[in-house]
Amino acid sequence: MNGSRNGNFNLKNKIIENMVPIIFVAFTLLGFAVSSGVPLSYFLSELSSRFFRNAFLVLSLVIPVIAGLGLNFGIVVGAISGQIAIAIVRYFYLEGLTGLLLCFAIAAPIAAFFGWLTGKLYNKTRGQEMIASLIVSFFANGIYQFLFLFVVGVIILVPATHPMIKPDGVGIRMSVDMGKLKYALESILEVPFMWAVLVVCVAALVFMLLRHFKKKQELTKNKKINFYIRIGVFSVLAVISIISIITGNSLMSVRDVPAATAVLIALLCLFTSWIMKTKLGQDFRSVGQNQYIAGTNGIDVDKTRIIAVIMSTVFASWGQIIYLQNMGTLNTYGAHNQIGMFSVAAILVGGASVSKATVGQALLGTILFNSMFIMSPEIGKALFGQAILGEYFRTFMVYGIIGMALGLYVWKANRASKLTIDPDALSESTGRSAWITIPTPPDSSSSSGTRTN
Amino acid sequence: MSNSLLSIKNVSKDFYGNQVLKDINMEIRRGEIHALVGENGAGKSTLMNILFGMPVIHTTGGFQGSVEIEGQEVNIMTPHQAMGYGIGMVHQEFMLIPGFTITENIKINREITTPNIASRIFGKQYENLDFVKMNRDARAALDKMDMGIEEYTLVAGLPVGHMQFIEIAREIDKTGIKLLVFDEPTAVLTESETENLLRAVKKLAALGIGIIFISHRLNEIMQIADRITILRDGELVVTKDVKDTNTLEIAQLMVGRKISFERKTSSGRRKNDETILSLKNFFVKMPGEEVKGIDLEIKKGEIIGIGGLAGQGKLGIANGIMGIYPAAGEVIFDGQKLELNNAKGAIEAGLGFVSEDRKGIGLLLDSSIEMNIAFTSMQIKNEFLHKLLFARIQNSGKIRSHAKKMIKDLDIRCTSPTQRAGSLSGGNQQKVCVARALTQNPKLLLVSEPTRGIDVGAKKLVLDLMHKLNEEQGMTIVMTSSELAELRSICDKIVIICDGKVEGVLPPDAPDQEFGLMMSGSRKNSGNSAGFDGGLAAIGTKEKQDKEVMSDV
Repeated sequence: MNGSRNGNFNLKNKIIENMVPIIFVAFTLLGFAVSSGVPLSYFLSELSSRFFRNAFLVLSLVIPVIAGLGLNFGIVVGAISGQIAIAIVRYFYLEGLTGLLLCFAIAAPIAAFFGWLTGKLYNKTRGQEMIASLIVSFFANGIYQFLFLFVVGVIILVPATHPMIKPDGVGIRMSVDMGKLKYALESILEVPFMWAVLVVCVAALVFMLLRHFKKKQELTKNKKINFYIRIGVFSVLAVISIISIITGNSLMSVRDVPAATAVLIALLCLFTSWIMKTKLGQDFRSVGQNQYIAGTNGIDVDKTRIIAVIMSTVFASWGQIIYLQNMGTLNTYGAHNQIGMFSVAAILVGGASVSKATVGQALLGTILFNSMFIMSPEIGKALFGQAILGEYFRTFMVYGIIGMALGLYVWKANRASKLTIDPDALSESTGRSAWITIPTPPDSSSSSGTRTN
Repeated sequence: MSNSLLSIKNVSKDFYGNQVLKDINMEIRRGEIHALVGENGAGKSTLMNILFGMPVIHTTGGFQGSVEIEGQEVNIMTPHQAMGYGIGMVHQEFMLIPGFTITENIKINREITTPNIASRIFGKQYENLDFVKMNRDARAALDKMDMGIEEYTLVAGLPVGHMQFIEIAREIDKTGIKLLVFDEPTAVLTESETENLLRAVKKLAALGIGIIFISHRLNEIMQIADRITILRDGELVVTKDVKDTNTLEIAQLMVGRKISFERKTSSGRRKNDETILSLKNFFVKMPGEEVKGIDLEIKKGEIIGIGGLAGQGKLGIANGIMGIYPAAGEVIFDGQKLELNNAKGAIEAGLGFVSEDRKGIGLLLDSSIEMNIAFTSMQIKNEFLHKLLFARIQNSGKIRSHAKKMIKDLDIRCTSPTQRAGSLSGGNQQKVCVARALTQNPKLLLVSEPTRGIDVGAKKLVLDLMHKLNEEQGMTIVMTSSELAELRSICDKIVIICDGKVEGVLPPDAPDQEFGLMMSGSRKNSGNSAGFDGGLAAIGTKEKQDKEVMSDV
């Protein structure tokens, strides 16, 4: 019975639903159209390095959305935990892969503790989690500055000669060299870009076809269309990659792909979809859909929400470490500031909303959002003759897109809950209505004996 | 007694001194269908909340008395615990998650899981869901009720009749279910769905499950229940075998006689035959109080009462006329067609409204009494204002003197006109609302639930005020109230609304059972009888009621 309703491929609704991703695709294409000088290989190099830098962070936002907490701007707290871990590791001059793994290990408990605290706060600010998370990120920044600018040096005594410490012996320098933590993941294995595309496409095709033939259930028309679109896209990409590998065209000059980072991102994707198939994941979904019903059925709503926040924060801390090891230097007081905003904007660009997010949306969003980032200076240069205008445009797009996505979400919700009189009920009754007149009852003094007291 | 499943012994409960249950004793046997009836506010919901250990009971100081299950005294503190004792509930408002499939809803928090590597390390929470087994269980539960629907369908978009059955399937899927409470299960069902449901209920009882069946529809109760318990004003009136009673008697016991207000009669009434307000095929979409096609004529100088159970649509009428909720149909007021869905227009046309939602839309609680009285007139009619070039500034002197007059006329007990409205007692707040409505010089006053949440003494003052307005100023008053007794004390006639339509019109001195039957929509089947003399029965064509929407507050 749902089939007939969903089967109608309503183009207008589709466009409205996917407004944000469509705008971003259009923007990127506009960039290519107006600025003739951007080679595709440059664009793809930039895009791939940015994608592998940011995807982990964006993915950390998925679980809180499913658990009904909305967009967790509080991943900044996770990012801070990651930076604390890096600072500790670098203080002892540790580096390389062991140093990186140590960073992960140190960051996890710190992030879990902060995640637990933020989770508690979100339970107290029920219904206002998003604004609370935004404020938490500002608050955490203050604590972090206090810790790194004052506590280190005044309370925790450190040698002023240490390269990380400011010359006066109090506080950590504005930028910290990461040593051989830089490219710790990249140095494990790097794969040529087109080979990576080929491997991913073939894997995706095999996975989709296997799943398709394993499922006996009849697909709705809508799902079928989606399925064929996906098969088509991956096939075309696979063919393109094979052609470039054989002919060795300009696409082969795209920067190599860090395989280890890719594996970590894939693992997080797998973890997120696996957890949703467990009891805990089902609890996330129940709580996210309706806290009251979940509670009356005995699910510990508060605890479930806290677990979701802890997971998000820990993943964010690891995401920040992955991000920084690629950047090479730790910008001590700036690196974490915009992480929340940019990651939220990215996942929204992928088509997620306050109440719905998937791994796919996070990945797609990361690609589209970074495409915009790469193209906006080019557009600024081409249209106004100044790249800096494109920079302004970035800021405008980031905040604009968050505002627009939030606005669209509320607008859709309002439209769904608008009260209207059912026209069927009206027409049904017009035929039968008889004019009723109410005669005056007899004088109440002559009340009948039936009225007993 | 071995056959006894649940005993409720000497249970009393008060909310901050307001006694809502007094010494209730009840017993449910295995395999019996036990009907529980009573008007809104009779205490049915509170009793069930106690049974389920709802937080609302335990955060307000618990209750007195004891609950025994199979002879063992139990102390139920949470709904989850109640579930553990084998008590289940089929809710009136559906407790289903629309975005989940039927299986997921049936198995919520009772999911079947299989262990994996992660779960062996981190615990049971990380076990995989076994959808094959879950679907099989759901299928079995649905089959028990002859439901053919696929268990992997999403709940969103299913007809309400199906949702009801999913709720039941969820309860019977729970192992060890002993007692099942149905809270107004047929309220939202169509006739054929109701038949299916009643059949399913009987089937469950035959399996040995005890059933508490809460309903306002006496015909259904006569059809399926074994015994019936009637509550009124928090007291247990009687428990009877259904075969020893009839709908007429039940209706009478349900309504009973409450605190009676002396009915005033006077000679100076200025009633006449001129129609002041007429509604034709009037619809209002007010959530929970929907009006579904009403025809009504109100004469100048009358006091008309609008009664009926909660959720039947009586509150929707006034809200629809005043443009607060979307309305359709034709409203003719004072000879002119009233533009619908226009709150400002309704006030300008000369309609005054005292809302049932006193604290929400009735009063500005943080403002002074005088501001509350003058506010609407300032906004809509530009009264109490100075003109100063382009700006309009409030005329404080005029507001003050008018407020003082109102305070004197309506006997509002306050320290001064500048006192905060929120600090007044309920009765006096209500008077401020009335004063504000009167300030607009209305030709007709719509008053909704004027005595809700105020004490008995204040109730009388408010009712006397209505009476006085009608008598001295010839004000036409349409009073909507859940309390039949107060309608009967001052109204000229009482319109009973059931399922969003006019069920009938009764004189205030009609017998109790007439009111009881009409309010429960059971009148048609038991026939018009006692004390209903000709000339009163002004009832238009009336169709069989196949839907009732009710909710206890």
